[in-house]
Amino acid sequence: MATSFLPRRPAVRFNRRQITLLSIALCTLFLVAIVFSNRFVGDTGLDPALTQRNQPPSLAHLFGTDWLGRDMLTRSLHGMSLSVRVGLLAAGFSAIIGTGLGLMAGTLGGKVDAVITWIIDVFFSLPHLVLLIMISFAIGGGTKGVIIAVALTHWTSLARIIRAETLQVNSSDYVQLSYKFGRSPFWIARHHMLPHVIPQLLVGLILLFPHAILHEAALSFIGIGLSPHTPAIGIILAESMRNLSTGYWWVGVLPGLLLLLAVQAFDTLGENVRALIDPKTSQG
Amino acid sequence: MLIGKQLAFRYPHHNWIVRNFDIAIAPSEVVGLFGPSGFGKTTLSKLLAGYLTPTQGQVTIDNSPLPDRGYCPVQMIFQNPELAVNPRWRIHKILAEKQSPDRFLLNALAIHPSWLDRYPHELSGGELQRVAVARVLNPATRYLIADEMTAMLDANTQALIWHMVLDYVRSHNIGLLVISHDAALVKRVCNRAINLMQVGTSR
Amino acid sequence: MLSVQNLNITFTLYDRGLAQKQLTVITQLDLDVKAGEVVAVVGASGSGKSLLAHAILGILPDNAQVSGKMLFKGEPLTLNRCQDLRGKAIALIPQSIGYLDPLMQVGQQVQRTAQLSGLSRPAAKAAVDRTFARYRLAAIVQRLYPFQLSGGMARRVLVSTAVVSQAELVIADEPTPGLHPDVVTETLNHLRELASEGKGVILITHDIEAALQIADRVAVFYAGTTVEIAHAQDFSSNKIRHPYTQALWRSLPQNEFIPISGSQPTPDDLPDGCLFSDRCPWVTQECRLDRPPFLQVRGAPVRCIHADR
Repeated sequence: MATSFLPRRPAVRFNRRQITLLSIALCTLFLVAIVFSNRFVGDTGLDPALTQRNQPPSLAHLFGTDWLGRDMLTRSLHGMSLSVRVGLLAAGFSAIIGTGLGLMAGTLGGKVDAVITWIIDVFFSLPHLVLLIMISFAIGGGTKGVIIAVALTHWTSLARIIRAETLQVNSSDYVQLSYKFGRSPFWIARHHMLPHVIPQLLVGLILLFPHAILHEAALSFIGIGLSPHTPAIGIILAESMRNLSTGYWWVGVLPGLLLLLAVQAFDTLGENVRALIDPKTSQG
Repeated sequence: MLIGKQLAFRYPHHNWIVRNFDIAIAPSEVVGLFGPSGFGKTTLSKLLAGYLTPTQGQVTIDNSPLPDRGYCPVQMIFQNPELAVNPRWRIHKILAEKQSPDRFLLNALAIHPSWLDRYPHELSGGELQRVAVARVLNPATRYLIADEMTAMLDANTQALIWHMVLDYVRSHNIGLLVISHDAALVKRVCNRAINLMQVGTSR
Repeated sequence: MLSVQNLNITFTLYDRGLAQKQLTVITQLDLDVKAGEVVAVVGASGSGKSLLAHAILGILPDNAQVSGKMLFKGEPLTLNRCQDLRGKAIALIPQSIGYLDPLMQVGQQVQRTAQLSGLSRPAAKAAVDRTFARYRLAAIVQRLYPFQLSGGMARRVLVSTAVVSQAELVIADEPTPGLHPDVVTETLNHLRELASEGKGVILITHDIEAALQIADRVAVFYAGTTVEIAHAQDFSSNKIRHPYTQALWRSLPQNEFIPISGSQPTPDDLPDGCLFSDRCPWVTQECRLDRPPFLQVRGAPVRCIHADR
């Protein structure tokens, strides 16, 4: 005689993990599509076509055209693709710097930790945007300037998280044992700490992209970032600002929405990966 | 000879945990350190194994201090095996920390070949403790400190592990310090015992 | 008072990738506790001792499915009933001070427990005063924080949390590891006292010695099932029936210190037939066919077909 004491789980078609994995797959697909979209839409839309100026969104031009007759959809996709690639590079470098310094601070401790922590605090206390502009300006703008500027200003929060995680692992019995077995701090960082921080690193990295993209857009918007000829999202938005009063809303709103969608996709991806990796929520 | 001379320890601005404590362990000797929690047993074991530096006093092995680098000849087996291994490493990597134990030792400790590919959370406490023991039983170990090694295990697994450890320690001339709150175990396993409730770690 | 029959607990876990798998961690677990008696639950870690306590208190995680019968004072223990009785009629003495709020004075916490069990604030305060006095805890202890308590005091405070609630069934989870022998005896005596007042006491421990000091009966758990529920005096008079219980007894350092080899099987690797068959010195072909039923042999229930040797 068997009686159930807990309510049976309702028969859902997808369990929670399947939904998470589905979200991750969709977001990744969307972002990959954006990155490679410039190959698919071709370059023709980028050329001025003066007979087609200022067309509102239609079947021929889904995002309409701008004052030079350029297809806005093509421009936006090219722009997004570039922005995402710039963002990826910047976030990637940032993550490498942050992880490296965080690991060093946590493993070596002592003076090294003190110095690195001081550097992190300095960076945190300086106004973010000002630093960004200064570095970008100093390097001479352009794609290189944006990537380096974003990389150099965004490593700090990741470094802090990784340092904390590393410090915690450092005080564990098994790491202490490793030292007693004669292992060097470098070996311990590579074999004990790194596997531990990879989940944090991955999530931090993914959540860094939208940040990087937005900053690139901001820099390009104020003219210090990518050169005005490259159709980056920031440039597009900057140009659309000049045409606000004309009433041609699609020139600014639609690319802006695309930017929003991409940033949202990264955020969702990051949150879902975090949920997947966190052992407390990954079961049941 | 592992000697702890006039050992004293405290964290800065705190009370003394250990004070004026002397202990000596000869190779092949099994010494017991008996007492309930709160007497500084774990602190003592960490001092002797070199995990903590004594505030006063000295730990020497054959009249020289414990080495700073390289493999330390005094090794500790922790009470809680789940905390003593990296949860992200597979068992074979944990075992190979110093050198991969030979088949003979693994058999003696009843470590199944199928465990080697698993993660720590897939093994029980008793099985994991056997892995932790195998990890430290290698030729470079001269002294072993078993800090409540089997306190979390059932009587059967406890007896199993102790038989294997005692065998190894005897045949390899290793000095063993047994730290436990179980009087019957200390009596059964040790040549001599120090009762911390009588002797105390602070004098 | 408490009757658990044929309890099965299955967890739904995520296997590698997308698939879900079912893991049965408790199979055919039986236990009963009468008012006024102390039943010790003994077994290795992973044998199901804590899970049983969680099931009785109704605090199993969401992905657990429970089947079988659990009766408390004759009425079935549904999840709702568990929630109603938890802290009132059924109380838990937690394992360590770590289970208390480190930022709240202990007197306040114990009083809160009393209030949650239904007493009014003045009645709760009186109960705390009375209980602390009973366990010789000075009034000033009420204003201390958990970290300020010594081992013995901490134990007495933890027992108080269950006693103030006027619970009828008390579950003590591993109350003795690491304690001074005097404190161990004292703690166990307190539990014995509770039983003498008519409460039912379940003592969960892996220390058989401690259990035998106060238990009336000892339930032995192995790999998620009950293998034997013996009377306490059976141990010293050499009348224990199940081979696993005998192995446990023999392997104690104060007895022969002789173990049997092998280890407890994991839930996803249970042997067919009797769960102890891969380590049992008496195993025969018959043992591997079916789980043995829980039958009375020489006055106590055992799950072994060879128990009448």
